[in-house]
Amino acid sequence: MAEITLRVNGVERSLSLDTRVSLLDLLREHLGLTGSKKGCDHGQCGACTVLIDGRRANACLALAVACDGLEITTVEGLADGEELHPLQAAFVECDAFQCGYCTPGQLCSAAGMLREPGPSAVTGDLTEDPALTAEEIRERMSGNLCRCGAYVNIVAAVHRVAAERAREVAGR
Amino acid sequence: MREFEYARARDGREAVALCEPGARYLGGGTNLVDLMRLGVETPARLVDVSRLPYDRIEAAPSGGGARIGAAVRNSDLAAHPVIRRRYPMLARAVLSGGSGQVRNMATVGGNLLQRTRCPYFQDVSKPCNKRHPGDGCPAIEGDHRNLAIIGHSDACVATHPSDMAVALAALDARVHVIGPGGERVVPMPGLHRLPGAEPGRDTVLEPGELITAIELPAPPPGRSVYRKVRERASFAFALVSVAALLGVDSAGVVRHCKIALGGVAHVPWRAARAEGALLGRTAGPDAYAAAADAELALARPLPRNAYKVTLARNLIVATLTELAP
Repeated sequence: MAEITLRVNGVERSLSLDTRVSLLDLLREHLGLTGSKKGCDHGQCGACTVLIDGRRANACLALAVACDGLEITTVEGLADGEELHPLQAAFVECDAFQCGYCTPGQLCSAAGMLREPGPSAVTGDLTEDPALTAEEIRERMSGNLCRCGAYVNIVAAVHRVAAERAREVAGR
Repeated sequence: MREFEYARARDGREAVALCEPGARYLGGGTNLVDLMRLGVETPARLVDVSRLPYDRIEAAPSGGGARIGAAVRNSDLAAHPVIRRRYPMLARAVLSGGSGQVRNMATVGGNLLQRTRCPYFQDVSKPCNKRHPGDGCPAIEGDHRNLAIIGHSDACVATHPSDMAVALAALDARVHVIGPGGERVVPMPGLHRLPGAEPGRDTVLEPGELITAIELPAPPPGRSVYRKVRERASFAFALVSVAALLGVDSAGVVRHCKIALGGVAHVPWRAARAEGALLGRTAGPDAYAAAADAELALARPLPRNAYKVTLARNLIVATLTELAP
């Protein structure tokens, strides 16, 4: 057993846990935050994606005990009260899901991705921070599977928010 | 998952002291935690080294080398301006591995020490010489389509899946290690080992040894790139990959050449024969094909992965042609 304290969606939580518990099981089974989903439990599907200290990560591959002292944001923590996160609003507007099982992971992954600097595997010039085209988004979101195949609308939703952010930055 | 103790080290010395027999170091956990869940790895203790002060990238002034802390996350390595400018082959290799989430979690040291593996190794219901010496290798008779074509043995045909390690092997990286016996430096290639009769050992590291940093010499003059062929466009291991640097003088003669292959062996495979065949020759597709053939003369493909020899040849030629037509 291990004693850990971490902040989840802004709330400090102290727990006594078996060392084998993953961050995903901590969230779902111990804290009742069932937004983060268990798909493959091997880091391959992305349904469990959360933000750890602001960076997207597979909660199934993180041991809860190794997250002691860290800040976790789940899909439940994306919205500002009743106001949806821009990505959530865009997913609704673009019809970016069917069954919805992958959606929490898609949302957290996209939220983290929009803050990640630098090139991707499909960027031509490595020295540039490229614009988030549909091709860039598809590559950067490749850690999130959607078995319904809603990818076209997921890319559209993420692209909409990425383009809004780029316009905001350009307008400053 | 088997029960284990968890300990977080405050510095390298404490980590080494905590890493008693049966213990394993934990970095990002993207491979180790998965293998523990599968029952393949059963450490009695995890020593968490992910928060050790090995989290910096230090670059020498322009024209020099760089030193990468072992706890640097893969995503931070690939996004670093100096790595992108000075070692494009390395940045591209890292970006082609895993997913955005995995790269945020995975450390540089852990990437090197992920297990050399195959689907049978990961399935504890199947025999595997890497897990239990002497049990046999079902991959040799079974599904080895994606497995090794070079340097393998009768005991094991698994491949090392890292993309980053292929670039590091091409760049003559030096791996700094601390352990119960003190500090030492292990060159790349040379960190990973071929399976021989001891496929359970992926690297030359001794029990308790901990990677603290990767040192990169100044890159030789020339252009470099990493190209990876896989079964889908993203988030898949290489069938074959090539890390290549080519420096050609004004007369068109190859003066600098570094080539390493991924997806073909138990180790990131430095293509020394190909390099030897190219140095001093006039650059061009014919020379590239001859160099590829020189290297791949060593290949001993299995019945269902001979395609990789052709793929490796074509990929070497295409990659070098991209660098210097």
